[in-house]
Amino acid sequence: MQLIKSDINIDFLGKQKIGFVFSALLIIASIIGLIVHKGPNYGIDFSGGALIQVKFTQDISISQVRDSLAGLDLKDLSVQDFGQPEDHEFLIRTGSTETVGKGLAQAVSAAILQGTGMAPEIRRVEMVGPQVGDDLKKQALLAIFYSLLFITIYISGRFELKWILSGVTAGALMTAVYFLSVFNVSMPVLITFALIVSLVLFWRLQLKFAMGALIALIHDVFITVGIFSILNLDFSLPIIAALLTIIGYSLNDTIIVFDRIRENIKGESSKAALPDLFNKSINQTLSRTILTSFTTLIVLFALFFLGGDIIHNFAFAMIIGVVIGTYSSIFVASPVVLAVSRKG
Amino acid sequence: MKLFTLKRVLILGVIITAVVFLLPTFTNTWPHKKINLGLDLQGGMHLVLEVQNVKAVEAELERTVDELKKELRKAGVTHLGIARQENNTILAELPDKEAKKAFETIVSKEFSNLTVNTSSAGGDAANFRLRLPDDEDEMIRKMATEQALETIRNRIDEFGVSEPDIRIQGEHRILLQLPGINDPDRAKDLIGKTAQLTFQLVNDDVSVDAALKGSLPVGSQILYENKTDPATGATAKIAHVIKKQVLLDGSLLVDARVEFDQFQQPQVGIAFNRKGAHIFDRITGQNIKKRLAIVLDNTVYSAPVIQDRIAGGKAVITGNFTLEEAKDLAIALRAGSLPAPVTIIEERTVGPTLGADSIRMGIISMLAGGALVLMFMAVYYKGAGLIANLALVMNIILIGGGLAAFQATLTLPGIAGIILTIGMAVDANVIIFERIREELKWGRTPLAAVHAGFDRASLTILDANVTTLIAAIVLFQFGTGPVKGFAVTLGLGIVASLFTALILSKSIFDFILQKKTSSTLSI
Repeated sequence: MQLIKSDINIDFLGKQKIGFVFSALLIIASIIGLIVHKGPNYGIDFSGGALIQVKFTQDISISQVRDSLAGLDLKDLSVQDFGQPEDHEFLIRTGSTETVGKGLAQAVSAAILQGTGMAPEIRRVEMVGPQVGDDLKKQALLAIFYSLLFITIYISGRFELKWILSGVTAGALMTAVYFLSVFNVSMPVLITFALIVSLVLFWRLQLKFAMGALIALIHDVFITVGIFSILNLDFSLPIIAALLTIIGYSLNDTIIVFDRIRENIKGESSKAALPDLFNKSINQTLSRTILTSFTTLIVLFALFFLGGDIIHNFAFAMIIGVVIGTYSSIFVASPVVLAVSRKG
Repeated sequence: MKLFTLKRVLILGVIITAVVFLLPTFTNTWPHKKINLGLDLQGGMHLVLEVQNVKAVEAELERTVDELKKELRKAGVTHLGIARQENNTILAELPDKEAKKAFETIVSKEFSNLTVNTSSAGGDAANFRLRLPDDEDEMIRKMATEQALETIRNRIDEFGVSEPDIRIQGEHRILLQLPGINDPDRAKDLIGKTAQLTFQLVNDDVSVDAALKGSLPVGSQILYENKTDPATGATAKIAHVIKKQVLLDGSLLVDARVEFDQFQQPQVGIAFNRKGAHIFDRITGQNIKKRLAIVLDNTVYSAPVIQDRIAGGKAVITGNFTLEEAKDLAIALRAGSLPAPVTIIEERTVGPTLGADSIRMGIISMLAGGALVLMFMAVYYKGAGLIANLALVMNIILIGGGLAAFQATLTLPGIAGIILTIGMAVDANVIIFERIREELKWGRTPLAAVHAGFDRASLTILDANVTTLIAAIVLFQFGTGPVKGFAVTLGLGIVASLFTALILSKSIFDFILQKKTSSTLSI
């Protein structure tokens, strides 16, 4: 069986403009989403606060639960349905991390019992102090930054044999970020700055594959974050894990294409032939690109629909990431490499 | 041709090892290493405590102030006040030259660890600033954290949690992983209790009302007692004026256990060691007809009138305890007090039913996703697809065996990592098969096509997987708990899929092709 004909020949680079407009639209939408919601919607892992999942044995309405909690004076209280309706489960979120005297879960449980006459089962409690939240936020950003950096070193080393050059560049960047972070420079600003410096350096040093990969990765992560923001979904630790996996996955795709480009480019010296050569490489690997994305999406959808609510958003982030990552390896990474190659 | 080449034996060895490690999770066989389930799957509590070790430093300085005053009193030196100040310093005001000299002698002899700064305060008077050096400050903080860890470990051991994991995190944090805990609130209460037990006299020179209105005598403080009315169950706070001087504290305890009074009401009986018993004997003898308050964590539990000298060093703490409260208090007193208060800065508790649900749903989605992928591969690549499917099943066995062998922890995101691996692991096979198809199309024989396919695809597959492996390693470094579990299964999955695709599938292809003479290949 064959889905993609082996003699397929789509002029992907000829459709670069469409890709460019599409990416630009997604990025603009992401920026608007981020502005409207005043930055990413941090879950309690990063903003601090508490989350309590309660389950009842009988039918009860959200407003009953909310009303019973009114006396506790909880900051930014929200009560949502959770899971299937027949489970009578709710998610209680608050910005408060403690109540006077008793533990938060204890207080919530007592208040609900008093207010509704039904004792809830406390299924899950997550409480993160504001300081821990700040630490986790910093670590998450650093983790994303480091994985981007290590991966780009690997790419310029493997594809352009410039291990030392890219290693030294990355080393300098890491040292700079480390020293500035000691002086309490805001982490998002720092990392944005470091990424821009990396891109300029890759451009100046003609590390075209590293540059293509890095731009594609920033593109993927940014759009995934943007879509989460547009849909007002929470950022939690597992979502960061999803983002890092997306970085790995998207690159996986990109490398397969780059590898073919490298194989086909051997012995080819004329720059005029480059667009055709890039197209040929993308087409040759297209079948694999689609098949792998397809099997990965199969399992992700299984996880999304059957894996339960706790893992729901993680699966969703991965689905977006796999789709965007597959798209970007064809429409973002390769065109960037081509553009840099033509320049040099 | 030989059936058993060295390579095949090695492959079989790897698979058998994985199966052996995986078996104990389902049966109870050797080597008895089950896959560890994370707290999110088996239920339990994850806590991060912050030791407020600044308080330990402050307490140390307060002790120094007391000792300094005592030494000065002994030497008959007058002073205008000695008090702890901000910034780890003690300010001592001396009225004249004579006192200044005597003070200097005492400090250089008894308190030489402090750095001294003198300044004139007009006339002959002098002010001394004694500062705790930074390295000592740091040492006290470190000791406080370590001692808190020890104390909490003792409490947890007595509380009875199987396989707790308690460790210091960073400079002043303590991480606790308590699997399978039934009553998280009770455990938290026990862990967070400072259990600072002191015996202090009640100041009866002044009425409580007057003291509350502001005429609190120097060296006294207001502390409260929680009284419950047995008839109505309502609690009230009763104020006491308590002298600040601590006559005896819990550090000299040798035992604490639950007892019952004549109304079968639980109380905690405590026993002091010889030194403590001697002090208790002396203070009760000197203060007959006065009231002695038993203070626990700045709350008065009782303040009985001393009727007679008490020898033998035994006392009881009463206070309307439930049996559980009394038990936990006894545990806390036996395990010792915390050197500084702790606050819970992170908590993640998962009930056992939710954990079981998560496992069930994780397995269902793994089976569903896996079945779909297996079906697809068989339909799309026919015979070769079956090889890929065998490789995929082996892959999962290898991940499971790896988890058990390395005693890694399987979490809910970890299950997601395995599911993701099912989807991504076929990638290596897809890359190879597509390449083989290409080679076949160019007219190669099946054997040559298979060899060319593997040769050309191997490097690509390595390159592609290294990047995901980098992401997994960074994630492992950065993540805690559940996220770390994801990094582990993702990383194991990548290594396993490299093995199954590049070594196992290739070996199966070779095995089939060496026997076959036909010129077709089912792919």
